[in-house]
Amino acid sequence: MLSTPALVLAIILFGLGLIGLLSRRNILYMLLSLEIMLNAAALAFIAGGARWGQVDGEIMFLFILTLAAAEVSVALGIVLQLSHRFRTLDADAFCEMRG
Amino acid sequence: MEILFYIAAAVTFLATLRVITHVHAVHALLYLVVALIALSLIFYLLGAQFAAALEIIIYGGAIMVLFIFVVMLLGPLAVEQERTWLSPSAWVGPCILALVLLGEVGYLIASGDHPTMAVAEPRQKAISIALYGPYIIGVELASMLLLPGLIGAYHLGRRLSSEARSC
Amino acid sequence: MLSLLWLIPVLPLAGFLLLALCGGRLSRQQIAWVGCGSIGAAAVTTALVAIDFFSLFPAREFYQQTSWNWIDTSGMTVGISWYLDALSLLMVAVITGIGFLIHLYSAEYMAHDDGYARFFAYMNLFVSAMLTLVLADNLLLLYLGWEGVGLCSYLLIGFWYREPEYGTAAQKAFIVTRIGDTALAIGLFILFTQFKTLSIQQVQSLATEAWPVGSNVAMIVAMLFLIGAVGKSAQLPLQVWLPDAMAGPTPVSALIHAATMVTAGVYLIARMHHLFELAPMVQEGIAVLGLVTLLLAATSALVQQDIKRVLAYSTMSQIGYMFLALGVGAWPAALFHFLTHSCFKALLFLAAGSVIHSLHHEQNIFKMGGLRRHLPWTFWTFLIGAAAMSGVPLITSGFYSKDWILWSVWSSPLSHRWIWFGALLGAMLTGLYSFRLIFRVFFGEVRTQPTGESGLAMRLPLVVLAFLALTVGFLEMPHTLGNVTLFSQYLSHALPTTTLLPGMDESSEVREQLAVTIAALLGIGLAALLFLPGSLFGARETDQSTTHPSMTLLQAGWGFDRLYDRLFVQPWLAATRNSSDMVDRGYEWLAVCAESCHGWLSHTQTGQVRWYAASIAVGTLMLLGLFAM
Repeated sequence: MLSTPALVLAIILFGLGLIGLLSRRNILYMLLSLEIMLNAAALAFIAGGARWGQVDGEIMFLFILTLAAAEVSVALGIVLQLSHRFRTLDADAFCEMRG
Repeated sequence: MEILFYIAAAVTFLATLRVITHVHAVHALLYLVVALIALSLIFYLLGAQFAAALEIIIYGGAIMVLFIFVVMLLGPLAVEQERTWLSPSAWVGPCILALVLLGEVGYLIASGDHPTMAVAEPRQKAISIALYGPYIIGVELASMLLLPGLIGAYHLGRRLSSEARSC
Repeated sequence: MLSLLWLIPVLPLAGFLLLALCGGRLSRQQIAWVGCGSIGAAAVTTALVAIDFFSLFPAREFYQQTSWNWIDTSGMTVGISWYLDALSLLMVAVITGIGFLIHLYSAEYMAHDDGYARFFAYMNLFVSAMLTLVLADNLLLLYLGWEGVGLCSYLLIGFWYREPEYGTAAQKAFIVTRIGDTALAIGLFILFTQFKTLSIQQVQSLATEAWPVGSNVAMIVAMLFLIGAVGKSAQLPLQVWLPDAMAGPTPVSALIHAATMVTAGVYLIARMHHLFELAPMVQEGIAVLGLVTLLLAATSALVQQDIKRVLAYSTMSQIGYMFLALGVGAWPAALFHFLTHSCFKALLFLAAGSVIHSLHHEQNIFKMGGLRRHLPWTFWTFLIGAAAMSGVPLITSGFYSKDWILWSVWSSPLSHRWIWFGALLGAMLTGLYSFRLIFRVFFGEVRTQPTGESGLAMRLPLVVLAFLALTVGFLEMPHTLGNVTLFSQYLSHALPTTTLLPGMDESSEVREQLAVTIAALLGIGLAALLFLPGSLFGARETDQSTTHPSMTLLQAGWGFDRLYDRLFVQPWLAATRNSSDMVDRGYEWLAVCAESCHGWLSHTQTGQVRWYAASIAVGTLMLLGLFAM
């Protein structure tokens, strides 16, 4: 079956996303990395669903999709706000909440 | 079958790698679209056609379009080197990867070897029944999540436009 | 029509909501219509309910109605449910009837006040809460009304909130009555833990079954209820708030601090009479408390300079009579005095308000005088009220109710002779201080020029109340005079009848009545001797000469304010000042701890999103590692 290699791919994609999230300073790229991580999670669910022949994996994918849609719409609104306020997309520049 | 999967996985991996390493936002987005399409092919090969279709329509379509709009709205911040975008080298990578995927899809259609076509219809039915049966709470929660998402996005965007007007 | 019962408390509530929500947009006339109309409608509903109630009366003694469930948990069900019997119907009739007259009066009295809508809103809320109190089927709903009237009392005493001292008076009333309310609440808790129900009827029938007479639990609960009643009814030792409560507008004093709210304690004791019968010692305590209060208040009323404070002390004194009657087991007599007292005391307050109104808010009786000719309506009605309060024989209602109380005190097995003599002395003092007011205010030479008699809306309630103050007494006449027993027959379906000592015959009753008559007339005569113009103290311009220490003590209401200040307020203030360091150190240590922890942890708050994301990732990894192990 393809489930095991699919899970390995999901892990690789998740790791790539995490690396991107942590290494990129541009907030737009951080969002893209988040999308990759979400997709990796979705892939893992689909693979699991395929392994056991059940629909639950796809249903979880649907929920991830919903979550991603809501997250992206709000996050992009915030990105627009930030870029207007700070005139930059550098995530490290938005550190006014430093303790 | 397996070889198709491994090719698609390689395409996904390469495209994702380019997403996180690329300098230009629009290029990165293009690679991400390719990665998503490759992923949807993997979904198809895993027997989840419905998920594959949604992956292309909503992820590759709607959500990526949102990203592109925002990149455009960001203007000079994201478009520092606008001229280089039009250079052929930017298009080559995504094009190659997309062609690989196209080949795979063409092979799938030509071979007529549809892994899960036989069980497809009862599977959609089962998804729908499960969604509105045991998962109904999840659906409600998702709708409750989407509504604040809508309001939040509207609110953030509205304040932006009013500030822009006052400036 | 009985099913309309729920409308009686709801109508004033609707009036309150209307005035509170859109009172600012209504004209003064509309406000007056809404404010008086809601009470008038409640009074009409009461009349309809009463007609239906009486059509089946002796056969059906009570009517119960549940509007809806208020609290419904396992083990506790409390409904918004109403209970109408002879006792609550009497209360409701007095509250809506006299309440309507007072609202009508205020429509003119308050006509030039800024807070016109606010005033009527509070008044309507008060009437609604008071009706809830008396119609409640369970103790929790009763308590809701009980707190509601306390709140409205607070709001209305401090109605002119721009004067700081009025605000202080309002707070004082609120806090002092709170002591009683707390005791009442504890009593409720005990009853609930014992019987798992709060329905008044069930609680009492269960209590009579479960507790023997004089048992400790019954004593404690009765004691707690008594403290609650004492706080609300301004009896010793929680009486200090009532004189200061006169800071409110005069119609408020008439409605809340004379006719209705302060008698809530009387109602509570009468309503819970089965409980109090289980605790004879507490009941005896009620009688003594009532006697002491009535004497203290009567002596204080003798020397007050403020017309409203005289009436406030007289209210305390008259409620003392009611408590005395309750204490000796003369339940109907107490309620009868409540009825007559509501009429003549509301009348006195409203007439006093009319005087104050025409004298530009002058309340000092030493600056009044000779108003008899200028304010004839007010004079005659005030005279009737004062006569009723003093108990002028045969023609006034006060005579019949007070005579009934004194006769019960004389003849009850629960009483003593010295209590009767004290009460008789009180009756004499009542005549003295009532007519001192009359002679000071309406006789002699004019000291402040009045602006003239008030309008119809103020005169009409005065006349109606004066009529009532004269005639209500004919509902119950002793069998040596007329022998009318309408009232006691009516109440015998809700309250036990008075038991008499053996050997009490007509001749002793006649002797007792003669004593009461003589006491009242003696008081009035003494007042004429002392305070009429040209008599002993009559010509005195001010009260400055009465600087004798005993006088100042009396004027301060026997100095209870100072006593409480010394006993409770000062020690408490001293305690807080001295021990503040000890207690504070513990809290300071907590604060220092929190601050240093904050100092360390705030380094992790870099404000960088990527740092947070990394820490989430590391945390997740560590958790996964834990699961893997």
